[in-house]
Amino acid sequence: MKKALRNPSVQAFVASIICIILGLLIGYIVLLFINPEGAAESILNVIKNFFTWSKPKTQLKQFGNTLAKTMPLLMCSLSILFAYKVGLFNIGVAGQYVAGSCACLYASLAWGWSWLPCLLFAIAAGAVLGAIVGFLKSYCNVNEVISGIMLNWISLYTANTILSKVKEVASPYTMYINDVNPSALLPNIGLDELFAKNKYVTIAVPLALLIAIAISIILNKTKLGYELKATGSNKNAAKYAGMRENRNIILTLVIAGGLAGLGAAMLYQTGYMRWECTQSSVPSMGFNGIAAAFLGGLSPIGAIFSSFFIQHITDGGQYVNTNFYSSQISDLISSVIIYLCGFVLFIKITMTNMLNRSEEKKIQRLKVPLADSGKDGDK
Amino acid sequence: MEQYAIEMLHITKRFPGIIANDDITLQLKKGEIHALLGENGAGKSTLMSVLFGLYQPEEGTIKKDGVEVKINNPNDANDLGIGMVHQHFKLVECFTVLDNIILGVEPNKMGFLQKQEAREKVLALSEKYGLRVDPDAKIEDITVGMQQRTEILKMLYRDNEILIFDEPTAVLTPQEISELMQIMKNLAAEGKSILFISHKLNEIMEVADRCTVLRKGKYIGTVNTKDTSPAFLSAMMVGRNVTFHVEKTPASPGEVVLSIENMTVASKVHKNNAVKNVSLKVRAGEIVCIAGIDGNGQSEFVYGLSGLEPLVSGKITLKGKDITKATIRERSVMGISHIPEDRHKHGLVLDYSLEDNLILQTYFSPEFTSGAGFLKRKNIRDYANRLIEQYDVRSGQGAITTARSMSGGNQQKAIIAREIDKAPELLIAVQPTRGLDVGAIEYIHKQLIAQRDAGKAVLLISLELDEVMDVPDRILVMYEGEIVGELDPKKTSQEELGLYMAGAKRDEVKV
Repeated sequence: MKKALRNPSVQAFVASIICIILGLLIGYIVLLFINPEGAAESILNVIKNFFTWSKPKTQLKQFGNTLAKTMPLLMCSLSILFAYKVGLFNIGVAGQYVAGSCACLYASLAWGWSWLPCLLFAIAAGAVLGAIVGFLKSYCNVNEVISGIMLNWISLYTANTILSKVKEVASPYTMYINDVNPSALLPNIGLDELFAKNKYVTIAVPLALLIAIAISIILNKTKLGYELKATGSNKNAAKYAGMRENRNIILTLVIAGGLAGLGAAMLYQTGYMRWECTQSSVPSMGFNGIAAAFLGGLSPIGAIFSSFFIQHITDGGQYVNTNFYSSQISDLISSVIIYLCGFVLFIKITMTNMLNRSEEKKIQRLKVPLADSGKDGDK
Repeated sequence: MEQYAIEMLHITKRFPGIIANDDITLQLKKGEIHALLGENGAGKSTLMSVLFGLYQPEEGTIKKDGVEVKINNPNDANDLGIGMVHQHFKLVECFTVLDNIILGVEPNKMGFLQKQEAREKVLALSEKYGLRVDPDAKIEDITVGMQQRTEILKMLYRDNEILIFDEPTAVLTPQEISELMQIMKNLAAEGKSILFISHKLNEIMEVADRCTVLRKGKYIGTVNTKDTSPAFLSAMMVGRNVTFHVEKTPASPGEVVLSIENMTVASKVHKNNAVKNVSLKVRAGEIVCIAGIDGNGQSEFVYGLSGLEPLVSGKITLKGKDITKATIRERSVMGISHIPEDRHKHGLVLDYSLEDNLILQTYFSPEFTSGAGFLKRKNIRDYANRLIEQYDVRSGQGAITTARSMSGGNQQKAIIAREIDKAPELLIAVQPTRGLDVGAIEYIHKQLIAQRDAGKAVLLISLELDEVMDVPDRILVMYEGEIVGELDPKKTSQEELGLYMAGAKRDEVKV
């Protein structure tokens, strides 16, 4: 048992589960404080999400919605973890996501491009933003967190300005892609049929999963991954070994930015959401990606599950009983849980320390000779 | 009956799978300097951690002034008057010397600092023990030697009676070392008891009264330094006789492999150039050593030569090809191998496995990477296992061991295996034996000479006088970024070498 707990993957999994439980518990306590009457029901609804509906068909349809929104989140968390493996904290993911949104929406609504060029344009926009951060980092030694946060705001207001040109006259929202240019919608390739005709389930779902697997392979099996991780772990050693560490930093942020941009296209090109041109805060998708990356133990495959879970909770928030709580409570509850998700690393370290301590105590108690103490403290 | 300041009796400390300390006894007399000698991994650090309450021993007792004490944590150790100067100083860089000394025990009245009081005490202490410091200088601005004196004052300010020095000379220049030795003697004369952890035999012979030797977690013995010799101590430490003098045949230099003309490299620290107009040649089949006191431009010289830093001016030629503008990778592929000065900063990716570190210079070759960019894991494992076998690199789990968890000596062996196995034309070895024990040093010197005998050019950059005298065929002395002398190790003496290194003597050196 204890030996199993020392395995890093098992540790990551257990730590993630502990975080989730803690998050739900604290969320429940918050609800209890505000109004004890509806707390139990509301927190259950958060966990149930689409299962709150009674008809299986509606459940399936709502499941499709959660799935459609999971994919952009997955892209954002891949963006974070990819950069993180190279020693960069890509907090600019939110801005890159905004740039991607702006690019694909404008290209589809103003220029009437079809889905694939729009998608590629979104990737390019995110990548350019990543490249700016990368250049500043490698040639001017500007911390990527600072420049990333600045660019988040720059890109938000730039997007608001640009997308105002394609917004509806009467509302602050951009026009429906469905009405203006249906060719820009991502193809469903029959997946909508599987989800009770949910038209938001598109090619994005298999594409995102494939990309997660590809990122995993790049990081672990290729020369590129070897170089990038070496650069992230020890920039000086990478330089000494003749790797072009500046190029690697820029390349990493370009890839990370591209992933975030693609994530945006995966949401807006389903037509599920429209851009609000008066919004004054960066969409939370990017920041939730940070939590998803850590909750998934910084593994691309883990990120698939953690992204789904976080989106599940976020969507579940809308089923909190509004008779007892104000409508913002759903955001509060899901953000408490997401916040706790960031504690995975902390819990992992605590776990290792506790194991070490109990092992030491055991040895002290038994005073066993060397031969019997064995490799693991548990028999 | 003899008075002991501190006694550690029959200490046994086990970790899963290993006995770090096996029935070790260490008795420190009042007012003596007691050396603790042992190779890397002999159990010195564990023993000190036990003394500081970081680990609880399974067996054994600790006595202070003859009374048994229980040390549960570092605060207990501090209360008993035990203080330590760590190998890597624990100072706040942006604070002044005085601020660092009083840190944690600030004298105050109702929360207001009483620095004047502290300053007087510090000045009195520094006067009494000959510890020259400027209390108002910031740590980041002062020399390593002065930082160390700050650490010593920190212990004295806390009225510590038992002072532990963990490899204190590893970071010092020869002058600073002799100064430190004098300070230690003063402290002992004033009644402080000193525990001196080291594996430099000459220093132990010079300063210590007694010496306790550990080997592989076991207590080997305690001897009076008056009655022993360095050779005897090293045999106790390593468990066999070690040849101090490096045995080698006369060199037979061949064609010129490396030629440097008027190389100038800028400094990162100050506005002057760190390397000024240096010219030299290294031939196949000879070891040339660049000697000098640390900080005289040796590091920058190597950065310029390996391509880590650009040259201000000058020309570098390798086997007749101009490589002045070549990238680091191009130079490496053309046959320069480089054992870097700082193995943690440059030499290794510590979080990578041993096998991944062994291919750090060659991972891109067709042997390890397929055309599609995938790593060939099986080839990498086979290659790593061969090097591990051939160069006797020891680690817990073989090829998949994380480099961070390996001992310093084996990390260095891994780097040497990697760099030598590349079959270079020129091997640059920068302080290759720094921080290593006698056994590992002997091994590394043999490897360098084997490279020379195989007809390679070897450029050794060293700060250790013994190494400078024993290993190379020619010595070039670097002082303030210039080559100030060329010496023949067979004809010169340490004293003469010292004069050149200190800048007191210089010749015009012809290339």
